[in-house]
Amino acid sequence: MKKAIVDKTECVACGVCKKVCPRQAITIFHGIYADVNEDLCIGCKKCQKVCPASVIQVVQKEVAS
Amino acid sequence: MKKWNEYLWIFSAIYMISGFFNILFAWIGLICFVTPLFLSIIGKGKLYCNSYCGRGQLFELLGGRLKLSSNRSIPAFIRSKWFRYGFLAFFMTMFSIMIFSTYLVYNGANNLKEVVTLLWTIKLPWNWTNTSAVSPWIAQFAFGFYSVMLTSTILGLITMFFFKPRSWCVYCPMGTMTQGISMLKYKRKVK
Repeated sequence: MKKAIVDKTECVACGVCKKVCPRQAITIFHGIYADVNEDLCIGCKKCQKVCPASVIQVVQKEVAS
Repeated sequence: MKKWNEYLWIFSAIYMISGFFNILFAWIGLICFVTPLFLSIIGKGKLYCNSYCGRGQLFELLGGRLKLSSNRSIPAFIRSKWFRYGFLAFFMTMFSIMIFSTYLVYNGANNLKEVVTLLWTIKLPWNWTNTSAVSPWIAQFAFGFYSVMLTSTILGLITMFFFKPRSWCVYCPMGTMTQGISMLKYKRKVK
């Protein structure tokens, strides 16, 4: 499964990713960083494309079975 | 159906244009300073950036829909803490100098200078507005504040062009401040 990962230390919490997310999987944690709900994320890369700081990477994640 | 707050870019655009007609409109821009700080102080985080920033929406529109952005990644140093807080410190210093020069006009030490300063160095003569209806210091603040707004819009447009549309958000001093306030508030809450 592909999932979006945010570099939380460098995220500026602008919320651009939250706006484009088609699954509403992103919330801005207390105005500090973007938080991806991995259960909702479908790895579409829309957030990665728009992130002005380029701190979102969509990566392959192993599903715990 | 779009919500009302998705049209705030119109407000930002009108604001920037209105300054060319009458510099006193610059005062309205204080909304863009007070609102984000107020929202983060009452615990709403970066709600202003996330939902109500007209400037951000304007960059999204110009760089995104009108494709004026090259969509490249921003250099990593710009998103580093030292650059963002350094830019905030520089911005605050220039802002304080602007407030001080307003004060000097207020107490009569200096005369009103009808000049808009671009990028802190380029002085543009801006003497086509009749500001005699208000006290000179009110006009002085308008010139100074409009300089701040115009300079930051131009910086934002440049980085929009070279990097992603909302690159300004990465080093926006207001954004850095509201994020800082949010962090402090959260730390206090957790303790």
